[in-house]
Amino acid sequence: MKRIYTIEDACIGCHLCEVGCITEHSQSKDPIRAFLHEQVRSISRCTVEELDGGVISLSTTCRHCDEPDCLRACISGAIQKNDAGVVRIDTEQCVGCWSCVMACPYGAVQRNLAKKKANKCDLCPDRKSPACVDACPNRALVYKEGSQK
Amino acid sequence: MNYVIIGNSVAAVGAIRGIRGVDEQGNITVISRERHIAYGRPLISYLLGGLITEKRMAYLPEDFYEKNRVNLLLDAEVVGVDSARKQVKLAAGDTIGFDKLLIATGGDPFVPPIEGLAGKDRIFTFTTWDDAEKLKGIAADMERVVVIGGGLIGLKAAEGIHLLGKQISIVELADRILSAAFDRPAGRVVAKKMKANGIDVITEDTVVRIEGDGARISGVTLKSGDYIPCDTVVVAIGVRPAAGFLKGSKVEVNRGIVVNDTMETSVKGIYAAGDVAEASDFFSGQKNPMPIWPDAYIQGDVAGTAMAGGKKSYSGGLAMNSIELFKVPTISMGITNPVEPKEFDILTYQDAENYQYRKIVLQENRLVGAVLVGQVDRAGIFSGLIREKVDVTPFKEQLLDPDFGFIHLTKEIRSTLFAPYGKVA
Repeated sequence: MKRIYTIEDACIGCHLCEVGCITEHSQSKDPIRAFLHEQVRSISRCTVEELDGGVISLSTTCRHCDEPDCLRACISGAIQKNDAGVVRIDTEQCVGCWSCVMACPYGAVQRNLAKKKANKCDLCPDRKSPACVDACPNRALVYKEGSQK
Repeated sequence: MNYVIIGNSVAAVGAIRGIRGVDEQGNITVISRERHIAYGRPLISYLLGGLITEKRMAYLPEDFYEKNRVNLLLDAEVVGVDSARKQVKLAAGDTIGFDKLLIATGGDPFVPPIEGLAGKDRIFTFTTWDDAEKLKGIAADMERVVVIGGGLIGLKAAEGIHLLGKQISIVELADRILSAAFDRPAGRVVAKKMKANGIDVITEDTVVRIEGDGARISGVTLKSGDYIPCDTVVVAIGVRPAAGFLKGSKVEVNRGIVVNDTMETSVKGIYAAGDVAEASDFFSGQKNPMPIWPDAYIQGDVAGTAMAGGKKSYSGGLAMNSIELFKVPTISMGITNPVEPKEFDILTYQDAENYQYRKIVLQENRLVGAVLVGQVDRAGIFSGLIREKVDVTPFKEQLLDPDFGFIHLTKEIRSTLFAPYGKVA
């Protein structure tokens, strides 16, 4: 399956992947509305980490594991892997117990405290390629066939 | 090939998927003594407290049993296993033959013989959907509840009952609540929050007598001599592997059903997984029952794969719990409270005022345990470091940092985890 990979040396720490992700998962799918006008801002499913004021940075996100630790830890069955291999959270079913946060070795499940639901990368089902990848000005994020790492 | 699985919770589900990953053809029969399809067992406290409806109890997509072609027998209790004839016997009298058998019956709540307990109406345990229903059913005329046991089950029961607006006292024998997963400061932080919510948390004491006339409960007397008036008692001391029906089956049962690294028991062709099993521990390799949800899934998966002839091996049970109590999230994993602290390197950060606590336990520069209270984000990175036995020396100073992440690890690790393969145009 296609997965999102990160080229650390190309990352400039601009956080546009997060902006793209938040926008895509907003109600309006418009960045200005998503950031300034929507009542609850959605959570970015990718996490940009920085060190030394941005000298080192990279964007981390879900690996859509073959044997997902998050799915195995989920107590409500909200996390399922579909036939295409995409690991998704059904936020209706999620009870916000954070077992997936505890289990994911990639730190790729976020706590949405406003909604008390876990969020994670869904590989943008409404798009050809994920919003974070499209938003990256430096092609530090690539979306290509590959295995889980 | 006829696969029979006794039990229908998370280990069974892991096993069904494990079997189907290897064998699409064989017959799978699942026998459950409960009347429900697989449900999120830890959700019973949410159900009791009215946080979720019954509809959300279902653990699996609706088409799961059909899609995996599982023959499901509900409300059927297995009373015996004949390993020589390869048959299980049901309470109703009929027998079912198997080629491969998985025992995934979980645990039975343990109720000690407390004076005055026999014959009382409102003594409950709290491990099944039906237990939650029963408690909910009498909620209207329940006023004061005593929960015996301040472990995971007791605290979740207490939280559910609290949400129903009832008065609760928790009586715990150890010096703190959640003594299995927490150290003293973490236990204190959570106890403080519970007390702030009006829950009476009593430690280093226990119920010695249940008082009342006939079937009615009027209160409990503690070892210290204190008396707590109440009308309902929840016994949440712990669970024991539900393996009683194996008597005479030749399957070796110690504290749980003893299994090897493919989850096979002492009898060839018979496997066990989940809370009923006694599998090896991640750190010591010693056999140990490990009643942990994710572990039960993994054990089920390993067992199912092995039963179908595939190859998978259990890497050992790693205790981990994520529990949110009264809006204080907590995550603990691995060795959190070493018996010989001198052999470990322990880092802590505490801000009790704001219900924050972090503890990192290292042994020979390897992470072996963590407790996070309050800020629990990305806790799983620690579980990865534990499982992969990563040398933490280069970033030891950053481990307590709430923003700890991959950026603090070596570039090599980051590339291994996140970089693309091959050349990227």
